[in-house]
Amino acid sequence: MSGLLSSNRKRSLALHIIIVPLALLWVFPIWMMVVFATRPDSAIFSSEVLLTPGDRFWENFQLLQDDLNFTRTLFVSVLVALIYTVLSMILTSMAGWALARYKFHGRIAVVGIILGTMTLPYFVVVIPQFIMVARDFGLANTWVALIVPPLFNSLGVLFMRQAFTMMPSELFDAARVDGVSEWKIFLHIGLPLARPMLAALAIILFLASWNNYLWPLLIANDTSMMTAPVALGSLFGLLDVSWGGIMVGAVLMTAPMLVVFVFLQRFFMAGITAGAVK
Amino acid sequence: MRRQSLTAYGFLAPYLLVFAAFWFWPIIYSFYLSFMSTRRLPWTFNPSMTWGRVAQDPAFYNALKNTLTILAIQVPVMLLLATLLAVMLNSKLLKARGLIRFAFFAPVVIGEAAYAAVFRLMFNTEFGVINKAIEGVGLSRVEWFSNPDAAMALIILAVTWRWVGYNAIIILSGLQSIPQDVYEAATLDRVSPRQQFFYITLPLLKPVILFCLVLSVIGSMQLFAEPYLITNVGGPGGATETLGLYLYRQAFLNLNFGYASAVAYTIAALAVTISALNLWFGRDKT
Repeated sequence: MSGLLSSNRKRSLALHIIIVPLALLWVFPIWMMVVFATRPDSAIFSSEVLLTPGDRFWENFQLLQDDLNFTRTLFVSVLVALIYTVLSMILTSMAGWALARYKFHGRIAVVGIILGTMTLPYFVVVIPQFIMVARDFGLANTWVALIVPPLFNSLGVLFMRQAFTMMPSELFDAARVDGVSEWKIFLHIGLPLARPMLAALAIILFLASWNNYLWPLLIANDTSMMTAPVALGSLFGLLDVSWGGIMVGAVLMTAPMLVVFVFLQRFFMAGITAGAVK
Repeated sequence: MRRQSLTAYGFLAPYLLVFAAFWFWPIIYSFYLSFMSTRRLPWTFNPSMTWGRVAQDPAFYNALKNTLTILAIQVPVMLLLATLLAVMLNSKLLKARGLIRFAFFAPVVIGEAAYAAVFRLMFNTEFGVINKAIEGVGLSRVEWFSNPDAAMALIILAVTWRWVGYNAIIILSGLQSIPQDVYEAATLDRVSPRQQFFYITLPLLKPVILFCLVLSVIGSMQLFAEPYLITNVGGPGGATETLGLYLYRQAFLNLNFGYASAVAYTIAALAVTISALNLWFGRDKT
C-alpha cells in the first residue's frame, strides 16, 4: 500500500511540475494587461523590465478618453449586448421549444438548416448582409443594424431544444387536459423549468455580442455608434496614441467578463459544451 | 398533427424570419454575386472576373497558403495541448484545481481587440517583455512584426493562447462522461495508467476531439481579427494575410463584392472538404 502511495506522490509531483508553470504562462498576458494599464507610456516603452502594476490607471483612462470617447463606446456595447441577449433568448427558446415538444412536417428540415448553418462560414452571408443593411435599407450606424442581423444563432436553439427535450411530457399534458393554451404552457411551465439553461444561454449570448468584432466593424464606424472592441482596435494603427490608455480600455472590456466567469463558471461550461452534446 | 404543425410554426416563426432575411437570402444572394463583375455599375454577368480570378490571383494563393499553414500547425498543436490539459485538469491528484482551471479558461472570455493589444505590447520588438526575456538568456531578439516567419509564429501563438482552454473545456466534459467503473475494472486487471490512457481514454474521446477538430478547421478558415489587429492587417507585406482578411479587403475596402463572394464560396467549399476529410479519416472502421 505504501508503494502505491509513493507512486501517486511521484505522479502528483510530475503533474504539478508541468501544469503550474504552464498555468502561470497562460495568465501572464492577463496580468500584463493590468501592468500596462497602470503604467505610463514612458515606462511601457523603456528598457526597464516591467512586471508589476503601477498607479497610473486613472491618468491612462483620461488619456484614453482624450483619444476617443471610450465610455460612450462601452455604453453602446452594453446596450447592444443586453438587447441582443434578451431578443435572442426569446427567439431561440421559442424555436427550441417547437423542435423539442411538437411533431410537425418539416421538423427534420429545420434541424438540418440549423446544423448546416453551424458549419457554414460566416463570410458567405456577411457580404449580402452588409449590402442589404448598409446600402438597401440605409441602416449603417444604427442600433437595429448592430443588433438584428446577428440574431440568428444555431447554438442557442440546439441548447434550448436539449433543455426542453429532457423534460417529461406529463408536466405539460396535465395542463393541456385542463385547456391551458400552448403559449401559456411554454411561458408558465416550460420556461421556468429551463431557468438554469436560460442562465447559461444568457451568458454565452452576452459574451458573443460583447466580443463581436467583424460585424460592428463593418456596420458602425461613426464614433457615436462604435462598440468598444471596434473603437479600441481603431486606435492601434495611430501614431500619437496612448498605449497605457488602450490597455485601460482592454481591462475595462475584460474585467467584467472575468468576474462573471469566476462566479458563474458552471453556466459558462454548460454553454460552451452545449454544441458538443448532441 | 395539423394543429401541432400550426402551433410549432407559430413558435418557430420569429426565428425562421430572421433566418430567411439574414441567412437564407444572403446565401443565395452571394452565390448570385459570385458570378457578377461589380467593379462598376451596372453589375454584369462575368464569372471570369470572379471565379476566373480566384483561380489565378497570386494574392489569393498567398492568403490560401498562409491559412493552410496556420491550419496545419496551429490546429494539431492546440488540440494535442487541449487534450493533455483536459486529462491533467481531470486528475484527482491536482491541487488548487479552481485556480489552475481559471488560468486556462480565462482567455475564452477575452475579446480579440483586448488580447491583440496585450500581445502587441508583449511582443514589441524593442521594448516587449518577450524579447527582453529572449535577450536575457543570451539569444538575439526576434523581429516579431517584420520577419514573415516570426509574424506567423506570433499569430499561431496568440490563437493557441486564446482557444486552447475552449477546446479543453469541451474535451474535459467528454472525459467526465466516461464511466469511472471502466477505469476501476482496468486497474483491477493491472492495466497501467499509460495503457488506460491509450486504450480507454483516447478511443472514447475520439468523437469529442473530432468535434473540436471540425470547429477549429472552420474557425481557422475564417481567421480574421488576429492578423487584422496584431500584425497590422496581415503584415509584414502580406506574410500573415489569411483568407478571411483577403476577403475583407476585397469586399469592404475595395468594395468588389462579386469577387469577394467567389472567395467566400471558395472558403466555404474548402472548410466543408477539409472537415469531411477529417470525419472520414476519423470514422470508426467497423
